[in-house]
Amino acid sequence: MTAGAKAFSQLRLEGVSRRFGGHDALRDLDLTIEAGEFVALLGPSGCGKSTALNCLAGLLPLTAGSIWQDERRIDTLPPERRGFGMVFQNYALFPHMSVRANIAFGLRMRRLPKDEIRRRTDEAVRLVRLEDHAGKLPGQLSGGQQQRVAIARAVVLEPSLVLMDEPLSNLDAKLRLEMRTEIRRLHQSLGLTTVYVTHDQEEALSLADRLVVLREGRVQQIGSPEELHTRPANWHVADFMGYRNLWTMRVREAADGTVAVELDGLRLVGVPVGPVAPGDEVIVAVRPEDVRVDQAGATTNAVPAQIEVVEYQGRELAAEAVTAAGSRVHLRTDQRVAPGDQVTLSIDPQRLLVFPGDAAATRPADPATAVVEEPGLVG
Amino acid sequence: MSVTTRTPTAESAGPPPPARAHWQHRLAERGVDRHLWLLTPALLFVVLLFLYPFFYGLGLSFQPTEGGPFSDYARFFSDAYQRDTIWTTLGLALPAALLNVVASVPIAYRMRGRFRGKRLVTILLVVPITLGTVLTAQGLLNFLGPTGWFNRVLSGLHLTDEPIRLVHNYWGVFFSLVITGFPFAFLLVLSYLSGIDPTLERAAATLGAGWWQRFRMITLPLLMPGLATTFCLTFVLAFSVFPSAVLVGNPAGETRVISIAAYQAAYEQYDYPYASAIAMIMGLIELVVIAVVLFARTRFYTGSTGGKG
Ligand SMILES: Nc1ncnc2c1ncn2[C@@H]1O[C@H](COP(=O)(O)OP(=O)(O)O)[C@@H](O)[C@H]1O
Ligand SMILES: [Mg+2]
Repeated sequence: MTAGAKAFSQLRLEGVSRRFGGHDALRDLDLTIEAGEFVALLGPSGCGKSTALNCLAGLLPLTAGSIWQDERRIDTLPPERRGFGMVFQNYALFPHMSVRANIAFGLRMRRLPKDEIRRRTDEAVRLVRLEDHAGKLPGQLSGGQQQRVAIARAVVLEPSLVLMDEPLSNLDAKLRLEMRTEIRRLHQSLGLTTVYVTHDQEEALSLADRLVVLREGRVQQIGSPEELHTRPANWHVADFMGYRNLWTMRVREAADGTVAVELDGLRLVGVPVGPVAPGDEVIVAVRPEDVRVDQAGATTNAVPAQIEVVEYQGRELAAEAVTAAGSRVHLRTDQRVAPGDQVTLSIDPQRLLVFPGDAAATRPADPATAVVEEPGLVG
Repeated sequence: MSVTTRTPTAESAGPPPPARAHWQHRLAERGVDRHLWLLTPALLFVVLLFLYPFFYGLGLSFQPTEGGPFSDYARFFSDAYQRDTIWTTLGLALPAALLNVVASVPIAYRMRGRFRGKRLVTILLVVPITLGTVLTAQGLLNFLGPTGWFNRVLSGLHLTDEPIRLVHNYWGVFFSLVITGFPFAFLLVLSYLSGIDPTLERAAATLGAGWWQRFRMITLPLLMPGLATTFCLTFVLAFSVFPSAVLVGNPAGETRVISIAAYQAAYEQYDYPYASAIAMIMGLIELVVIAVVLFARTRFYTGSTGGKG
């Protein structure tokens, strides 16, 4: 009956693919999830994150590939036999059942004895701190409380795997931070294995042990938060991981370990990521916080520029500057700069990543245009 | 609402702010604004074509040609031949409405997703609406009559010796009610079903519920209020059955429904007060059934079901 309830040591996805019509929503996803791990699927809207999660949960049939729980093939099992818990983006609480009945639903489906159902439901209600609201209907709760019910309902079964599809995206900023901590706390205290879908890189970095970056249905990079933060595999990942400065430039010289690039007379030195050769068009990526504003004389990678827009962000300022050649530079600084100031910017060559450009596509002018419209078909 | 969009009037520019809001604001707060005029045609329609005839009939029913104000009502209930029309009509309308609703649920449940040919199937299921009772009756006579295809096939296969009687009796009217009532019930149930968020059932599946448990514990309870409403509507349609009771039924015997009694009073005996009294009784019985069903409906969850409406 309760087939998937027992834990596993490894969950393997082998070449998992899903097509909709002629369109690849997910292509060749290979991933091994160790027990107890917190894996985040990260990528812009429409990149196939929900598709991947629904395939794992059994809510979508695969068009190719297989899923293995240790040596058992599970992609042919219906969702109710997999024993995975799932938290949906819109919570999907049963509106006609009380908080308590929602949480107890899975236990009742397992035909557990009445007093065990009561005991475990009470425990789960306490775990998500909803003791005062246990008798209410979901419609009478706030977004954050509904969210907690959804989580309690999924974890009360002690599932071998918990799947979460953008669980925080409907909450306001403050609550989002609180719930983030709560999810991490639950993960640690219950030792759950979790696959977490989000489009928010900050959320993924702070929660996950390992990140999987998807783009247009394909895996771009799998790695620890640290790896993704400091060494994105390509400029798409860099773009997504907060490298807001992406300039298309041309390679002048490439020695081992360093590369010199140029655009309109501006010469910069950086670290190549991937094969680059002199004459190639490349994409140079720098985080705003790695751009420094220097009063004194220039060193390497000095860029004269004029400050154009300044946003106050507490301890720091976020600013946008324009170089003589017209390139825009996003930067963060704790110095007081004002629009119109002439400054010299400098970038540590170790922090300036040089990626091979895409053969066909050029960089879209605005990151927003790279985002595929979300159709809202699957959660 | 519209309160904030109003342009300030001349007097609100004056220095001391008035203690009470402007009368327009107070009216707007109660939903009274210029758009109220849009209701006029509908109101006129209701008054002229519904309320006036209703109260006229009600008044008429208390002015019998002989006896006190209630004597026509007493006459109806003391005459078993008349009184039994209530049970005859309920015996047709209740099962027919129930079957329409119950049969709609599995079909609509199966059809709520998107699939190839959905439009064609929907059209086929809904076409009987356009036929009208008379055409349906004609079809039933041809198909189910003693020399109709149905009986010819049965006797051709040597399954029966004598034709089965399915028209000019209870079953003829019952089939006619199902054929004309089902499309309404189906369309209503389909729209109620698509108002239920499909992720609820997916959530139930991940919690270990099989398809029957998902239907019984999630979809059905959320659908029940809609089913109650649908039942009421098809019941009212079936209760006022008249043409098919005459055309494919046995209007002198087992399908002598209450509307036939009213018709005979009005157009065979020309006793309008008596006919009005029968019509009032008819309305009262419908009201009682609807009240019972709607009361039962309140026992279910009737709030938002999170779907696309
Ligand atoms: N049921 C569906 N039918 C057709 N296309 C779909 C369906 N579900 C998703 N897609 C497509 O698959 C792609 C990935 O969708 P999804 O996994 O929902 O993205 P996200 O990463 O935003 O969760 C999108 O381009 C979307 O258009
Ligand atoms: Mg999604």
